Amino acid sequence: MRRNILEYLEDISETYRDCAAFSDETESLTFGALRARARAVGSGLLQCGRNGAIAVFMERGPSMIAAFFGVVYSGNYYIPLEKEMSQSRISAILDGAAPAFMICDEKTEALAKELDYAGRVLSIGELMASKTDEEGLSRVSARALDVDPVYVVFTSGSTGLPKGVVACHRNVIDYAEALGAVLRPDARSVFGMQVPLYVDACLKEICCGLKYGAKTVFIPKKLFMTPIRLVEFLNRHGVNTVCWVVSALTLISGTGTLEKAVPRLHTIAFGSEVFPSKQFALWRKALPKARWINLYGPTECTGMSCYYEVPDDFDADMPIPIGKAFQNSEVFLIDDGVLVNEAERPGELYIRGAGVTLGYFNGFEKTREAFVQNPAHANYPEIVYRTGDIAKYDERGELVYIGRRDNQIKHMGYRIELAEIEAAAAKLDAVEEACCVFLEERDRIALCYAGSVSEKTVASGMRKLLPRYMEPAIYLRIAVLPRTNNGKLDRAAVRGLVAERPV
Amino acid sequence: MDELIAVLREQRPDIDFATQKNLVDDEVLDSFDIISIIALISEHFGVTIPPEEIIPENFNSAESLHELIVSLLDE
Repeated sequence: MRRNILEYLEDISETYRDCAAFSDETESLTFGALRARARAVGSGLLQCGRNGAIAVFMERGPSMIAAFFGVVYSGNYYIPLEKEMSQSRISAILDGAAPAFMICDEKTEALAKELDYAGRVLSIGELMASKTDEEGLSRVSARALDVDPVYVVFTSGSTGLPKGVVACHRNVIDYAEALGAVLRPDARSVFGMQVPLYVDACLKEICCGLKYGAKTVFIPKKLFMTPIRLVEFLNRHGVNTVCWVVSALTLISGTGTLEKAVPRLHTIAFGSEVFPSKQFALWRKALPKARWINLYGPTECTGMSCYYEVPDDFDADMPIPIGKAFQNSEVFLIDDGVLVNEAERPGELYIRGAGVTLGYFNGFEKTREAFVQNPAHANYPEIVYRTGDIAKYDERGELVYIGRRDNQIKHMGYRIELAEIEAAAAKLDAVEEACCVFLEERDRIALCYAGSVSEKTVASGMRKLLPRYMEPAIYLRIAVLPRTNNGKLDRAAVRGLVAERPV
Repeated sequence: MDELIAVLREQRPDIDFATQKNLVDDEVLDSFDIISIIALISEHFGVTIPPEEIIPENFNSAESLHELIVSLLDE
């Protein structure tokens, strides 16, 4: 039985040593080179101790992957950071997690200086030039357990502070096995990577590379503004598999691009958002033989937990189900404390299995709220994850996602706590109070606030505080925010006010 | 042109569209903005921007976008 994700890298770099593993515009790493670089980085990090968090703040690309594995080789775990997360979010993460070390490249080193970071900055260039310490790496490997962390990935938190989800080797190994059974990649698979490396979504490409020898091509972010060039890029690089957020797919279909250029894809996994049926039909028509797989899962359960392969005769007007649980995971619904077995009855979705991560970093209280005793029994301690998502079974027994229990939304494929946006607004001078709502039908985040500054000033202030996907599209300044009878912010009333604003 | 700038401001009130000349190349806009702007233009001006025209050259400034709309209206 595998107990460390590095075993995958060791095996695959022997079988496919000279095959391309990760490439972008500037460099291409074979599996052999990835292993060699990661081991050099790991050797350079041996001085940093064991089982500690090391931030990796770099430009997205093959070297960042080598840095991840380098951290793991050293017996530590990584916190992935990218500049597009916005400076204030990166600062919040560094303040909260306080990693003693941060790996930077030439481009991020200058940015790191502005961060007021108290730990030590290490250069990836110097680390990669370290002499490989075979003996030191073997010592680390001999002591490693599968419950040791691999990474801490930060997601939106309701208190306004991002929450760090800690995943261990057992989680990632379980995910690699279960995801592989669904996507069925092989060494001829070429993934076109759309997602950033600071979210757990990027594990799909990483796991498929490590376990099956699939190749991953990083797609330059700018291409997602030029759909025809994007398709040309995919075809030029032989991309045949993608795991994208729905909005990246609809960028192509919604602009009429498929009539002019069709990507040669045979496997398309998507998720995190509702796929508009008209857009899905356009794709289906353009790629009738491809496999279409809807994925669902929270970061807290290591990437994805459910899948649904859309059948040929799927009724296009129905919402695409999230389907069934991955192997070695179980998903169940609880309504009013009772297990839901019948169709069409909504319940809160719980997940159990080896994919359930260790919990939140420096967040025992938050962990206890969401990682709970299995409500289906009280016979022995069993921690399951309570997602906060509401779902139901359809007539065929497939799970269908309905929505969120609380104030969390999905926008552009990201999970966002509206409270976090409100907390950012509260940081701005002269904003007295703010209320954030999500207009589902228009897919827009709106911020209504009271204060003495203009909407334009607030918008540019928010821009500095939040990642792009969290920025409100609509701003409304009013004298006083509406309240309900018991004095709480009246979100429904705010929604009514902003809904009248044009976009 | 004024109408276009007003439309662009609706999407991104934080950007000065009158002076910015590298909206795409400097990543001032992102893919989400591009899609929204295309939809807004279709709504306000009744023109559909074909995919081959969705390139940085046409979206880098309000001016170039205006020229594109005018040429599409002429067709």
